[in-house]
Amino acid sequence: MARISMRVDGMKVTDDVEPRTLLVQYLREGLGKTGTVIGCDTSNCGACTVHLDGDSVKSCNVLAVQADGCEVTTIEGLADTVEGDLHPVQEAFRECHGLQCGFCTPGMIMQSVDLLKRNPQPSEDEIREGIEGNLCRCTGYHNIVRAVQYASGHLATAASPRGATEEVDAL
Amino acid sequence: MTAVEARPEQTNEIGRDRRRKEDARLITGRTRWTDNINLPGMLHLAMVRSPFAHARITGIDTSAAEESEGVVTVLAAKDFDETLGVCINAWPITPDQKTPAHPPIASDRVAFAGEIVAVVAARSAAAARDAAEMVEVDYEELPAVVSLEEAVKDEVLAHPDLGTNKSALWVFDSAQAGTGGSVDEAISAARTDGIVLERTYRQQRLIPAFMEPRSVVCDPTGEQITVWSATQIPHILRFAFAATTGVPESKIRVIAPDVGGGFGGKLQQTPEEMIVFALARRLGKPVKYTETRSESLLSAHHGRDQIQKLTLSATKDGQVTGLKVELDANLGAYVAIVGGGVPVLGAFMFNAIYKFPAYQFNCQTVFTNTTWTDAYRGAGRPEATYAIERLMDELAAEVGVDPLAIREKNWIKHEEFPFTTIAGLTYDSGNYEAATAKAKELFGYDELRREQAERRANNDPVQLGIGISTFTEMCGLAPSRVLGSLDYGAGGWEHAQVRLTPTGKVEVITGASAHGQGHETAFSQIVADRLGVPFEDVEVLHGDTQIAAKGYDTYGSRSLVVGGEALVRAADKVLEKAKPIAAHLLEASVDDLEFTGGRWTVRGTDQGMSIGELSTAVFAAHNLPDGVEANLDSEATFDPENFNFPHGTHLCAMEVDTETGQVKMRKYVCCDDIGNIINPLIVAGQVHGGLVQGIAQALWEDAVYDEAGTLVAGSFVDYLLPTAADTISFEIDHTTSPATTNTLGTKGVGEAGTIASTPAVVNAVVDALRPLGVHDVTMPCTPERVWRAINEGSAGGETTGAAAAHFDQSTGMSGNVDRTEGDVQ
Repeated sequence: MARISMRVDGMKVTDDVEPRTLLVQYLREGLGKTGTVIGCDTSNCGACTVHLDGDSVKSCNVLAVQADGCEVTTIEGLADTVEGDLHPVQEAFRECHGLQCGFCTPGMIMQSVDLLKRNPQPSEDEIREGIEGNLCRCTGYHNIVRAVQYASGHLATAASPRGATEEVDAL
Repeated sequence: MTAVEARPEQTNEIGRDRRRKEDARLITGRTRWTDNINLPGMLHLAMVRSPFAHARITGIDTSAAEESEGVVTVLAAKDFDETLGVCINAWPITPDQKTPAHPPIASDRVAFAGEIVAVVAARSAAAARDAAEMVEVDYEELPAVVSLEEAVKDEVLAHPDLGTNKSALWVFDSAQAGTGGSVDEAISAARTDGIVLERTYRQQRLIPAFMEPRSVVCDPTGEQITVWSATQIPHILRFAFAATTGVPESKIRVIAPDVGGGFGGKLQQTPEEMIVFALARRLGKPVKYTETRSESLLSAHHGRDQIQKLTLSATKDGQVTGLKVELDANLGAYVAIVGGGVPVLGAFMFNAIYKFPAYQFNCQTVFTNTTWTDAYRGAGRPEATYAIERLMDELAAEVGVDPLAIREKNWIKHEEFPFTTIAGLTYDSGNYEAATAKAKELFGYDELRREQAERRANNDPVQLGIGISTFTEMCGLAPSRVLGSLDYGAGGWEHAQVRLTPTGKVEVITGASAHGQGHETAFSQIVADRLGVPFEDVEVLHGDTQIAAKGYDTYGSRSLVVGGEALVRAADKVLEKAKPIAAHLLEASVDDLEFTGGRWTVRGTDQGMSIGELSTAVFAAHNLPDGVEANLDSEATFDPENFNFPHGTHLCAMEVDTETGQVKMRKYVCCDDIGNIINPLIVAGQVHGGLVQGIAQALWEDAVYDEAGTLVAGSFVDYLLPTAADTISFEIDHTTSPATTNTLGTKGVGEAGTIASTPAVVNAVVDALRPLGVHDVTMPCTPERVWRAINEGSAGGETTGAAAAHFDQSTGMSGNVDRTEGDVQ
């Protein structure tokens, strides 16, 4: 067993874990952070994406011991949901119908937050490239792309249901 | 009075792009996926699966696994009795269908790679998986039959005891059925004076690949055994448990909590569910099993996998005179719950939107040593639509006219509805002309045709192709009488309840079981309008057999058109029950009451009462008319009289690099007629997602097996689910011909995009290459196949080798499976 300490969604935690434990397993089984989910076993789907010291990582691709001493943010810590607040990207996914079953959504939102941090005004192509590591089977990505555009201020109106993206010069 | 007043502004909820009620939890991670459920004392399972497609089990040694830390028990088939139950086939398509027994755990022989041979129960999932690797199974490998082409020869048998690989032959013939003429006469007439097109199309095998891996939890510690499962069909699953294990239904509660997608892939009674149920009962402890993604791809049912031999006859000017379909459909190793019923659903759709005078459909279902197949989004209808829409393009090329013109020549005109087709269905409404005109305009059809002509004239290395798909489908499964006539083992009605709480809120209970569709939002809109209550005051409950006791669950684009109608009828019954009470309380005659905006008013007075106030009054029951019960709650069961027929025109522009074979989607436009729309935002989402699944069949996805029966597309590295970078934004629009068979005039939309888009894409690829002599490209249209089609004049052929690159012996790789000779762990 290996002793690890980290801060997860603001909470300081210390635990003994098997060295082979993946960060996502520790989050789900050790800490009950079940908002973060597991969608594959080859690090392709991105459903488990969290922020490690502020950068997005696939938490199935990180050992829990590698996160020792780090700050981890999951979908549950992205905004103060106890107060009912939403992060602008969470709000954008709701507004633009960027989710259906919602299973990929935590990872997709965490990746989109990271993308917008690096590139606050991404083009459609940059958004598509930026979330390429996160799979969604429901939405066809159309409204996820719109949600990221909306969050970036690139979309004047939220979701007009029909039609391609209507970009405006918002900024 | 604490009752909530009727909403002040009378704007219709139906038609509004309401944001979803479901989303607040899903975007914040406050979710209840089955795998999130942890109960005190819970044990975890891991499955031991066969690496061989076909083998005799000669020995199982569990001793090392049993000694592994944290292991409670390791069990093989011999350790269970009949209370384990069996996996059922609900639709024997013919009386003489061959249906091998399908026990959840194989006992002496495995029939596909991935079949379960033993199960480990342990304190943690990790301990269970560790121990599963220590179970030593001795196999004696048997010859495996993998491809449909080989299977129909009956040389190598998937199940030697059956003596054949052929399960059932299902035939529809228009001359026999009295719906039309003889197809053989039509074809022979066309051979002398007309056009006969003979084509063979392959519907490759696909994997539904819902994002949430399947998971099941069973808690046997209460009086009712409670099962949580990532399923589309909690009601059908409960029935299957009861019917095959001997436990009465009253002792079983099945809950589908948050379910992460299904697309037909969770329309199954799985071996894993049966094993979890049995282990929990046996051990007296809560038990959980969650599959890995690789297990999911390997053993959850697959879809499609058909070879379609098609003969279409027409007059020289392109009037179709007959269509003959000879279909081989791969069942995999077992007949799944719907099984051979999937291709049979396609039988009614090969004639699509057209008026054909003669039609014959022959479907042979066939066993192979591969994963079982069943419903995947569209289920039979995408395959049929692909075949006919590809053929209509071929016919247009033969006649030398625009592919839209050949369709218009043959389609049902809008003034001809209702129209009874050659397959015997009556289409209630539609307007193919209007949808096509709108799609053409949105697409810029004429302009793109001009650009195509320029590129052809200039010998541009990147050619432009335009693909068309004018689809229709039958959905809203299904009229129970029709299902009975087709020998399906169940009905197709749906059930709903509407309950009023003392404070005037509304609880809606539906037998449909959503897994991403947005029922909570759309159904709230329907009930809000019907009862005149605020959208926010409606709560939709579903997916728990103890709450929604009756239901047939969600698949086949049925929830709105069948379940929504049940909801409307239940709500109307509430109003019927409320009316005499309102009259009594308002001291007026029933005849003088009007109900608008959620209020009863007495005509000619300012007296009135909201449904919320009435609900509170009924709760108190202080002053009810004599003989009236203190209850406004109502329920309704709706059995549709007919299927439901959405249609639409899809147009796709593809750029094809003739030097490399690379294809690129330039533009995709669709105009769907799905009748009246409850929530345009949700509809758009269904269309977008459906389109990408259909496009993925055309371009990327392929569940490839090697010759030994190993699934070489058994992970997300190899099975090419599209990413955001592979796809484009779509332009979608609608025309509206309300359905005449439900009150709301709605049509199903869950499967439309998937059904329509596949042929649109392939037609576009072929259209780009037609001047080069190409008339087909096998799906998926990989760059390799497209290049070969251009350079070798074939349809692209097999690319199994390319798919299996890292299984190549020369590289020393053998994937996840040890294929060395002799005994295998």
